[in-house]
Amino acid sequence: MVKSENKKKKRRGGKVFINGTFVGWHEHLPSLMRQVIGARRRGEISSEINVHLNTRAVELSINCDSGRARRPYIVVEAGKSKLTPPIISQIKSGEFNWQKLVNLGIVEFLDAEEEEHSYISASEDELTPDHTHLEIDPVSINGVVVSVLPYSDHNSSPRITMAASMTKQSLGTYILNYNLRADTRAHIMYYPQQPLVQTRPYKILNLAERSAGQNFVVAISSYRGYNMADAVVMNRNSVDRGLGRSVFFKTYETEERRYPGGQCDKMEIPPATTTGYRGEEAYKYLGEDGIIYPECMLSSRDVLVGKTSPPRFLKEVTVFGVVEEKKRENSLAVRSDENDTVDYVLITETLGGTKLVKIRIRSNKVPEVGDKFASRHGQKGVIGLMLPQEDMPFTSSGIVPDLIINAHAIPSRMTVGHLLEMLGGKVSSQTGKFVDGTPFDHDSEESLKAAMKSYGFDEYGEETLYDGITGEQIKTKIYVGVIYYQRLHHLVSNKMHVRSRGPVQLLTHQPTEGRAREGGLRFGEMERDCLIGYGASMLLMERLLEESDKTYELVCTNCGLVAVRDFVKNTSYCHLCGFSTLEYVEISYAFKLLLDEIKSLHLFPRLVLKDKA
Amino acid sequence: MKKNIDYGEAVGVVAAQSIGEPGTQMTMRTFHYAGVAEHVPLGLPRLIELVDAKRVPKKVFMDVLVSKALAKDYEAVKTVAKNIECIKLYDIAKIQESFENKCINLVLDKDELEFIGVSGQDVKKVVEELGQKLEYDGRKGVITVYNKEETKGRVFRDLRKLTNRLKALKIKGISGLSKAVVVKDGNDYFVRVSGINLPEVLKLENIDLTKVYTNSVIDIEKILGIEAARNALIREIKQVLDLQGLTVDIRHIIVIADAVSSDGVIKSVGRHGLSGEKASILARAAFEVTVKHLIDASVAAKSDHLQGVAENIIVGQPIPLGTGMVKLRMKWFEVPEEKATEGEPSLFTKKRTLRKRKSISEDH
Repeated sequence: MVKSENKKKKRRGGKVFINGTFVGWHEHLPSLMRQVIGARRRGEISSEINVHLNTRAVELSINCDSGRARRPYIVVEAGKSKLTPPIISQIKSGEFNWQKLVNLGIVEFLDAEEEEHSYISASEDELTPDHTHLEIDPVSINGVVVSVLPYSDHNSSPRITMAASMTKQSLGTYILNYNLRADTRAHIMYYPQQPLVQTRPYKILNLAERSAGQNFVVAISSYRGYNMADAVVMNRNSVDRGLGRSVFFKTYETEERRYPGGQCDKMEIPPATTTGYRGEEAYKYLGEDGIIYPECMLSSRDVLVGKTSPPRFLKEVTVFGVVEEKKRENSLAVRSDENDTVDYVLITETLGGTKLVKIRIRSNKVPEVGDKFASRHGQKGVIGLMLPQEDMPFTSSGIVPDLIINAHAIPSRMTVGHLLEMLGGKVSSQTGKFVDGTPFDHDSEESLKAAMKSYGFDEYGEETLYDGITGEQIKTKIYVGVIYYQRLHHLVSNKMHVRSRGPVQLLTHQPTEGRAREGGLRFGEMERDCLIGYGASMLLMERLLEESDKTYELVCTNCGLVAVRDFVKNTSYCHLCGFSTLEYVEISYAFKLLLDEIKSLHLFPRLVLKDKA
Repeated sequence: MKKNIDYGEAVGVVAAQSIGEPGTQMTMRTFHYAGVAEHVPLGLPRLIELVDAKRVPKKVFMDVLVSKALAKDYEAVKTVAKNIECIKLYDIAKIQESFENKCINLVLDKDELEFIGVSGQDVKKVVEELGQKLEYDGRKGVITVYNKEETKGRVFRDLRKLTNRLKALKIKGISGLSKAVVVKDGNDYFVRVSGINLPEVLKLENIDLTKVYTNSVIDIEKILGIEAARNALIREIKQVLDLQGLTVDIRHIIVIADAVSSDGVIKSVGRHGLSGEKASILARAAFEVTVKHLIDASVAAKSDHLQGVAENIIVGQPIPLGTGMVKLRMKWFEVPEEKATEGEPSLFTKKRTLRKRKSISEDH
């Protein structure tokens, strides 16, 4: 087929590459391409071969190497799908399988390059003689996560992206043998449900087995300002009945490490002589082996595994000979706040043969104000109010919504799918059958409306609501439906943090950073600029000095260096001037560090003191 | 809107924030100026250029406004435009080197000559000024130039040198200016030309000297003085912000322009300008190139009198701004002498000396 390189002849046609390597010239590349494709469809060459004709560079590349993402299409010839009704019936009867379809050239795989010059129709009705392929199912243009979202063909694309990423944060049954596992962190939902509105891929993927969400009765209305700006109002009684409830597992682990010199950690209840002893109270749940029992109710800083380590440095030998070395406290303590229970204790050994203990902690996470929920349409929200059922608005038939989302969440985001799913869920809860929400191929809105009507509901899904507090009828009709909501793993209880006083860093004497270290919130450069701009000089002082790293340093009035306070001899003196006049000066510790650093540059910073104005 | 700013108000910080915050929303997109078919940097790049006091802006242009009497006359304005635009020999002739005859043939383009209104003779005169031997064939429109000084063995190189000189030879117009376009503004016309040569343009006749404009702030400073440059800077910054649809009070821009022009020359705001010239060592060290400033100060045994904002924050003192600027002033006044009522001891005894009206000034 391919003419070998011949230097004397003038080249016509174009270059041919196989897996990126130049192999020769061919006079007519399109016909060569057709030959290769034909041979592939007839099964004469491997079905894994793809060709790409670059008409601009006049190059044909034939690829059969690894690493090309390929996806299947139905072959179309002369505007006719090769997957004909007789073949379909043969597939149904089991005579045809996938491999056979590929072997017969009815289905073929295209890679990204060959796709470039293919004309692919999404549906069989739209086929023209120009088409080269037919999509097996239009849903398959979506990935695994997106294809699970119902009515995604009615949503704006950014919302689909957001919905897809939030679905990954939903908590449910992420795996079925979670009880045997020791994942560092895991969320399991108490009563997960499968959605009432499902897509075909959802069923294919069997996600009902690992569902991550529940069907909520949702009303779209503003509620006294408690669901402004993506907040939601939740029915407290629904929550008490188990709505959105989940459990959080966290696994701690520790091992008996060996140190050079034959020393070794030991798991035990540390004796009171240990350096860094935490006090008897901290070890109260430990068994004789220094390991906690399951089902212990923990409070903060309780020890899970008591452990002692050899001292970091060897002690000096005293006149009495070698003194017994004091052990160092190195216990594993729980790092969280409240209502934690020891769920599971695992004692095993590492690959190195040392003793390894894993302890799984369980804590109940009941939805509370600040927890995050999202539907499958990129509509996320945080609980702004937990309203008792009696105060919730109710329909004339006595239905009380689980959730009230704000109407302002809808128009600008154009998540029509959300509204459709609410209607679909409502229909499904009446008919007792799942509603199909597969994108491009779902139950029609008309059929949903008709179903609503036949069950005596308003066909648009609106209901007359009554205020739960006053009992008055709410003048406007409110859209109420049933929609699948997911609880996302951003729980306030794992995030909230306050500090009024607390630990400081050793180096700078400034407050520590981060929740885990009980840190402060940084008053940054831009915040500082704001106070300067406002002229709030004293407030700025408070933020940057009083509430941070204020210190008093002794300064020599003679030479201007920071002097020394000797607490042992109860004297103070200047390194340069000896016993000169010293004054306490109020500065930030960071400034003292700056002076030290300047000194390390071999520069001499002098402080010239003056009485405070 | 007439209001005095309070003593100790942080106008600089507020100006910086007021320009900086909308600046975060500025796009890196650039638009065209109507008329000039070249990209003039706009938006953030242009703002940075202005504030950095770049010697040469990326694309300079000038607006040449003709005197009022001619402004409505399109043809007259067009003539001005034609006379401004710098035409080089390269633009109107094909320059052909003939290595055989050791000469250069300049084939004049008659259409071009006619368009710019220059005759072959005129071109010949300009070329003659180079002092080379030449022949002019008026019928064919060809000027043949011979190289006068020929260094032996370097004939071709010299010829090429001459060609390059010829190419850049100015035939007509003002050097530095190219692409003059007539722009309509309301009923009036004016010339917008890319490039800059402010002194020469100001020498032209029939133009309105008070309205000639350029986007090069530095050139305005050099020719028209610092006040004009300050005004131009304000106008340019305002224009950049307006074009992006950002509303910033002009007084913030004025503060910036004043700060940058207060020394009589346009400074930049960064390390080489405003921030780098702060009086305080600590403030400069806190900004950029810390060690350099500390070492220089040490070598010169400088002291920092802690009068600015940054240095007082560093040492942990109240900043001399806003509430931190207020100092206590006491006004001593004469207390009226009280008659000592019997039985009750007077609060002020006669013996106590009262200071007469005297105010104690601030400590420093």
